[in-house]
Amino acid sequence: MGRKTKTLAKTERQTKLKKVSSAEPSHQIIQFGKIWPYAPAPESTKIVNIQPRYELFINGKFVPPRSGQYFDVINPANEQKLCEVAEAGEADVDAAVRAARQAYEKIWRKMPGKERAKYIFRIARILQERSREFAVLETINNGKPIRETRDFDVPMSAAHFFYYAGWADKLNYLIPGREVAPLGVAGQVIPWNFPLLMAAWKIAPALAAGNTVVLKPAETTPLTALLLAEVIQQAELPPGVVNIVTGAGATGALLVSHPDVDKVAFTGSTAVGKKILRAIAGTGKKATMELGGKAANIVFEDAPLDQAVEGIVNGIYFNQGHVCCAGSRLLVQESVAEIVLRKLMRRMETLIVGDPLDKNTDIGAINSRMQLKKIQELTQVGLQEGAQIYQKRCELPSKGFWYPPTFFTNVAQSSRIVREEIFGPVLTIQTFRTPEEAIEKANNIAYGLSAGVWTEKGSKILKMASQLQAGVVWANTYNKFDPSSPFGGYKESGFGREGGRQGLLDYVKIL
Amino acid sequence: MEEVVRLGVQKTRKLYIGGSFNRSESGRSRPVYQAGGKKFLANVCLASRKDLRDAVQAARKALTAWRAKTAYNRGQILYRMAEMMESRRSELETELAQATGMKENEAREETSMAIDRVIYYAGWCDKIVQVVGNANPVAAPYFNFTIPEPVGVVGVVCPNENPLLSFISLVIPIVAGGNSTVCLASEKYPTVAVCLAEIFATSDLPGGVINILTGNRSELLGPMASHMDVNALALAGISLEEEKEAQMAAAENVKRVRVYRENKSTPWTSLAWENIDVIADYMELKTVWHPIGS
Repeated sequence: MGRKTKTLAKTERQTKLKKVSSAEPSHQIIQFGKIWPYAPAPESTKIVNIQPRYELFINGKFVPPRSGQYFDVINPANEQKLCEVAEAGEADVDAAVRAARQAYEKIWRKMPGKERAKYIFRIARILQERSREFAVLETINNGKPIRETRDFDVPMSAAHFFYYAGWADKLNYLIPGREVAPLGVAGQVIPWNFPLLMAAWKIAPALAAGNTVVLKPAETTPLTALLLAEVIQQAELPPGVVNIVTGAGATGALLVSHPDVDKVAFTGSTAVGKKILRAIAGTGKKATMELGGKAANIVFEDAPLDQAVEGIVNGIYFNQGHVCCAGSRLLVQESVAEIVLRKLMRRMETLIVGDPLDKNTDIGAINSRMQLKKIQELTQVGLQEGAQIYQKRCELPSKGFWYPPTFFTNVAQSSRIVREEIFGPVLTIQTFRTPEEAIEKANNIAYGLSAGVWTEKGSKILKMASQLQAGVVWANTYNKFDPSSPFGGYKESGFGREGGRQGLLDYVKIL
Repeated sequence: MEEVVRLGVQKTRKLYIGGSFNRSESGRSRPVYQAGGKKFLANVCLASRKDLRDAVQAARKALTAWRAKTAYNRGQILYRMAEMMESRRSELETELAQATGMKENEAREETSMAIDRVIYYAGWCDKIVQVVGNANPVAAPYFNFTIPEPVGVVGVVCPNENPLLSFISLVIPIVAGGNSTVCLASEKYPTVAVCLAEIFATSDLPGGVINILTGNRSELLGPMASHMDVNALALAGISLEEEKEAQMAAAENVKRVRVYRENKSTPWTSLAWENIDVIADYMELKTVWHPIGS
């Protein structure tokens, strides 16, 4: 591995990109955005009623934490406190797991699949009915643009419930000729980048298979999960089938290592994933790990270049780059590197960074001060390593956490910014000459979650797809998701799948 | 003239790494005795950590060509392995009986089951993708499909029970899926696996796809579990403490770890071991979004 990296680094120097020239002369492009700037189009927040304090959702009720502790939740776009949320301690986690166990043994596992299905369908429908409320709340709590929560997070969450609802009474079709049974109580820990969607990805298959759930949302973004708890009440889901305990890493650790949890499902960083794996070693608990990524987005010279540039932008700047499958490494064929870069810079100038609640906004706030610091630190490392930085010229709001769309050229395969997940709007750009070199560079990394391939040649797409070590390969597109399509990683990006028939398999045992 | 009694020729039992038979680089061996514990059977190599690393390297090297073979071809090769086992079954039976002390007819039966099990898995090679994978009806203009791929290099720890059948039940489905393996033979009855290695070496199985080490689990499980170029582990016949230690070490590169425990309802002789489960345990699922358009 070490030697290989060095050889690549050498090639890199030889094929180094020519100095990045600035955007094309302005007389060639009419920038309408500068002639007629976008008027503000803020989404109203009236629909959302944020309570001053949120409790834990255990056994169908909102209950104050036995720990007596609460923590503040803020809006990352302006750093204002939104509310305080209960911090679940050991007794609280234990109560939630006990409620889940009781609901599992007494109600949920025994209920005919047909009936379970109808509950899950109900949740899907109520989510659709209250979609605007969810979208606005998610944007306020997470900092991501309202356009994304409205068009992606919320509808996709509802779609996941809808998809898995239909599986609940068809489990005998899951594996030909085999019977399956639920695992029991699932302890689920989810991240802050897609708070509601990750809750849906976790809860929907678990319930369809007949498991009950204790879910721990991320510390900075618990609000949509708690609103989902209200939906669950409206759907009249039997108490204890879904429990939601809020808190930080310590609460998550209590949950996954609780002796009565049969299944651990985690989405988050690879470092925390490894900690969880060590914590549950030897316990016989089943695990699904959806961890970090550092995906290669590979652009060939025969790609539809304008479409590819859209894909590059969507790949890395979607959701402020807070995406585990983000296309954070652009590999562009040398012959088109200059033109792709020029097009990319031009496109970046049109990105609107700012108020997440504005319907025109493309890029919202970084989710937390901690994450912003991490992005800043790693970009500093990039500069120290001699990489050349390009950032979109834009004004950033004075309050809140912000980082402009950024890319680095003059990086080597051994650069830290190429090897480590930044989880922010920061792209690294490398070039390649042959498909083999692209494969080598794409795979020479500890992660293996996703990859993108851009070419008009279908046979090349399939050849690349078969050789890329990645759980998801997008061809001439990026960051596409669907409840019927399994998602998950190779190598240190984790194991297990979410979505599709295979996602359900991770919530059953085969009899 | 006095009749001379012919002296039998004893066979050196070696490690099987990258298709060749080597002694341990450490020069270590240990004597194993026939069942009953008195009569010397063989000096068996005690593989070292270096031997393990060599075996992983050999497995990694063999992986590329093995997984690239057509599924049909892999099936043919597995079938050929069964053919060679059948033609040399008397060796297997003798080894089994000598090592474990099982009766002749029991050894014969275990050997028959082992051969049949290889045939069973030979037939799976070109069907796995169809049963584990599928197309996904996404709500967008993409042909979306999920297919299984081999996970890579798999470390296998074999138990002492039914040393022939358990080895086959774990290793064959794993290689049927296109993986390569580093196998730690039954600690108690290592000669059976060595015999298998000699049979596989004369089949069409490419060197390095199945590497077989003999030695102490206490020395080799840890390094196997922490080896950064091993992608997954299949563990059988290990204690709960060993399971925990292996999983702790395996976390470092997020290995896929499965622990197989035989129980009363599923002894290694049970047909319950003939299914797609172990194959599927060592497959990664890849989802591809291919555009539909003009």
